[in-house]
Amino acid sequence: MGEIVAARRVSKVFKTGKGAVEALRDIDLTIDPGEFVSLIGPSGCGKSTLLRLVGDLLTPTAGELVVNGKTPAQSRLDHDYGIAFQKATLLDWRTAIENVELPLELMNVGRDQRRARATEMLEMVELGEFVNANPWQLSGGMQQRVAIARALALRPPLLLMDEPFGALDEMTRESMQQELLRIWRETDTTIIFVTHSIPEAVFLSTRVVVMASRPGRIVDSMPVDLSHPRGVDTREDERFYTTLTEVREALRGR
Amino acid sequence: MVGERMTASPDHRAGTAGVGRLAPAAVALIALVGLWEAAVRLLQIEAFLLPAPSAVFTEFVADASVIWSAGFKTLIEAVGGLVAGTIGGILVAFVVARWEAVRLGAMPFAAAVNAMPIVAVAPITIALFGLTNPVSRMAVVALMVFFPVMINTTRGLLSADANELELMRSYGASGWSILRRVRIPSAHPYFFSALKIVVPLSLIGAIVSEYFGGPQDVLGQYITNRAQLFQFPDAWAAMLVAAILGIGMYSLVLLAERLVMPWHVSVRTSDQR
Repeated sequence: MGEIVAARRVSKVFKTGKGAVEALRDIDLTIDPGEFVSLIGPSGCGKSTLLRLVGDLLTPTAGELVVNGKTPAQSRLDHDYGIAFQKATLLDWRTAIENVELPLELMNVGRDQRRARATEMLEMVELGEFVNANPWQLSGGMQQRVAIARALALRPPLLLMDEPFGALDEMTRESMQQELLRIWRETDTTIIFVTHSIPEAVFLSTRVVVMASRPGRIVDSMPVDLSHPRGVDTREDERFYTTLTEVREALRGR
Repeated sequence: MVGERMTASPDHRAGTAGVGRLAPAAVALIALVGLWEAAVRLLQIEAFLLPAPSAVFTEFVADASVIWSAGFKTLIEAVGGLVAGTIGGILVAFVVARWEAVRLGAMPFAAAVNAMPIVAVAPITIALFGLTNPVSRMAVVALMVFFPVMINTTRGLLSADANELELMRSYGASGWSILRRVRIPSAHPYFFSALKIVVPLSLIGAIVSEYFGGPQDVLGQYITNRAQLFQFPDAWAAMLVAAILGIGMYSLVLLAERLVMPWHVSVRTSDQR
């Protein structure tokens, strides 16, 4: 047990019309409960694929993958993780609260309990006033908050995030990062966070996993030695800059 | 639920719009009818070419009971075929969207049949169901309606967003649950575009089928009979009734669309983003 994700020599090959594409080769990765791990790398390095393998939205071609002590499929069926995408992916035909209620509804949680929990979650992401808003009436950042509230509605031990702030403007993005760190500390959730942005990965993570492409593989795993809680000062910390440089060099292959 | 949403997002635009926005169209209509009347009188256009609106309107009033009763019978044929074709189209769409093999086999043929002038089968359905049986006309309408509804609804069911499907899968949602919560709502806009196409088609199908013979008290027969007797204003009055019926049916579809999918971009009443 112990670790929440354990991957040993995991590979994923996609068969396409033009032949086989090796998306991931021999991934070894363990993540402990409470970690905030970013996966960073160039396009096509398989970071989103790795996230989907953990979530059992894709199946490994080879290797051994254990999530929360179970097979990924079992872990998915047990609702061990919540997921958020770059696009907020709110269902337009549901209000904000109905979107947050979706996973609870699928678990057959009773109506009153569902409402109460979803309200609590929306308050946590500071959208208490927008409970009955329609998704299209919310700004991009607000939509993404609703998506996070939905991902955490079932109190999963693991949160998978696929470039969730990628479509937001820089200002919103920084405040969302701050918000996410607060939620991470408050909820004891382990987070796996896919991103393209080096500062984002360094600011958020306890560990940055650097990947390379063709074939997709892990080239480095670097702990981030910055104290918590992190805030505006963190971004001006000297160690923040040295870590940025280290990650950048790892990405370049030194 | 719908009412709740309406109050949550008050209709800002319709409030200021209303009568003011209809004014240009009303002026255009009056101008057009006036111009038409003037042209017929000044240029002494023969009635078989184009009767004056005043003559059409006179017959529209004088023969109202006969025309409207014919219109009602035609409407029943159109609506009967519309309902049958729509239900059939939806049911087949579910099957076709569910099984890819069925889809690959059926869709090319559906598209091909859809490109055919289906009204042409009217003599065949008349032979099948009988000249006096309204089902002959309903069958033509149903066939005309079936294909656009089936093709569009299938596309709609398959149009669900990839992330939305992944999200549902991440929750271990059943196929039925995904259908109900994601695929069917995603298909709504496609279904309503199909309805907007087939509602006018249903009246065309009914009236044109009536041209092939059958009971005399329907719009198609009324128009052919009056035209043969050179009573052109009567024929035009019947077309006016057909137009009113068509617009009425179309308006009902627009209303249904607002009620069923107030969330869609095409009908949203507020947009704060």
